[in-house]
Amino acid sequence: MSLVQVKDLSVSYGAQKVLSHVSLSVAAGEIVTIVGPNGSGKTSLLRAIIGAVKPIHGHVEHAQGVKLGYVPQRLHIDETLPMTVSRFLKLPSGIARTSIDQALTQAGVPDLTDAQLSKLSGGQFQRVLLARALIGKPDLLLLDEATQGLDQRGSAAFYQQIEQVRQDTGCAVLMISHELHVVMSASDRVICLNGHVCCEGTGTPAVVASAPEYRALFGTGTGGALAMYRHEHDHGHDHSDHIHDQTEATE
Amino acid sequence: MLDDFMVRASLAGIGVAFAAAPLGCFVVWRRMAYFGDATAHAAILGVALSLAFSMSIFVGTVIVALLMALTVSFLSRRGYAMDTLLGVLAHSALAFGLVAVSFLSGIRIDLMAYLFGDILAVSRSDLAVIWGGALLVILLICWRWSALLTSTLNEDLAYASGINPKREQLVLTIALAVTVAVAIKVVGVLLIAAMLIIPAAAARPLSRTPEGMAVIAGVIGTLSAVVGLRAAYVFDTPAGPSIVCVAAMTFLVSSVLKGVRSAR
Repeated sequence: MSLVQVKDLSVSYGAQKVLSHVSLSVAAGEIVTIVGPNGSGKTSLLRAIIGAVKPIHGHVEHAQGVKLGYVPQRLHIDETLPMTVSRFLKLPSGIARTSIDQALTQAGVPDLTDAQLSKLSGGQFQRVLLARALIGKPDLLLLDEATQGLDQRGSAAFYQQIEQVRQDTGCAVLMISHELHVVMSASDRVICLNGHVCCEGTGTPAVVASAPEYRALFGTGTGGALAMYRHEHDHGHDHSDHIHDQTEATE
Repeated sequence: MLDDFMVRASLAGIGVAFAAAPLGCFVVWRRMAYFGDATAHAAILGVALSLAFSMSIFVGTVIVALLMALTVSFLSRRGYAMDTLLGVLAHSALAFGLVAVSFLSGIRIDLMAYLFGDILAVSRSDLAVIWGGALLVILLICWRWSALLTSTLNEDLAYASGINPKREQLVLTIALAVTVAVAIKVVGVLLIAAMLIIPAAAARPLSRTPEGMAVIAGVIGTLSAVVGLRAAYVFDTPAGPSIVCVAAMTFLVSSVLKGVRSAR
């Protein structure tokens, strides 16, 4: 039973087509990572799933009563807008104090309840966004380059948090990674997007992550939260910087 | 009590301050200050058309202000540079309005009253229109508050919560048009944007939450209206600009307070 099913989806902005005939589905409890070069339509895909862009072809099917939690790529809080973390988590509908504390704890920042949003660091902010997505007890968590701006240690810690959340709540995760070859090791599936679905790998990252070479490279520092993803296809894209040969180079 | 023109003037000023406070906060948060200006300037065209077709000035200005606001929102999505677009639209609307007024031969109108307000001449029926409009705006914003706030934070976050930010933008546009129409009599088209922005900006350093900022802006606006009117009476100065001057001084005070607090 899939939570969200994307069927033959095409999206364009004006004359520019960003997604063509993309199909994928996310099942309950699985972690799916989408990788792809800049401009490959990753964010558009996520925005189509939450209903922020209308597809020109195909559609997105949500399972009956499925609840989405969305963590946007970047959130600029205007300096003129006073907003405490707890007030932010109550938007758009009122939520009990205990749920707020619980969500903040789940996201790993239990002490930020009364902090001003505009005063948070990048890592703290991402976790508050995560807490806000978790507060509605989602069945599917959507993350758009949630580790952007975090260093490798910060990314690893954030991914571990996501994995913990999945274990605790059983929600599925669909995330976009801005790294082509380094993805979260807990991913059940990796989908490579470049306007269309290029390739898809199942179980690969976990295998790669346990390799001794990988451990040597990222080992204890990241607690094994990051993994290499090997792209298993060989067709070229002359309009992009999508070079798969790098896989070999980095390994 | 309503027989005293000062009482009527104060009530009119307080009514506008109440409506302008929460709306002004959104204008500040969404960086729509020039947007408010353009809408207000267009209202003078509304005044001219209302007089030409002998309909209620309130209705005429609401319609023209709304058309102006919708035009700006529409064109801004077409990729025009916003500040240029607003500069063109705001000033041409004002110029066309002033020219249109001059065509109205046979009707002698006091242009100054529409440009800078004529709060001391507020009648009982004006008061009814002002408070009716103000209550409409306040109810509209209270009703949509959470949705408006979520869309202001981030449009995608709003979509993910099942809110349509385009609809919320329309709500703000309507509220803005109504506020402009009721505020003409009080501060005039040239100073309406000041009543929206200054109390909200003065409230910012004193607030920790969005709701707090809206309430404090309301208090500052009310205080400015009452004190400004009193000052205008004592010093024999124009009422509308006096109200804006008091609001500007509260902004100065709250900014200095903030500076002192962060320096410590």
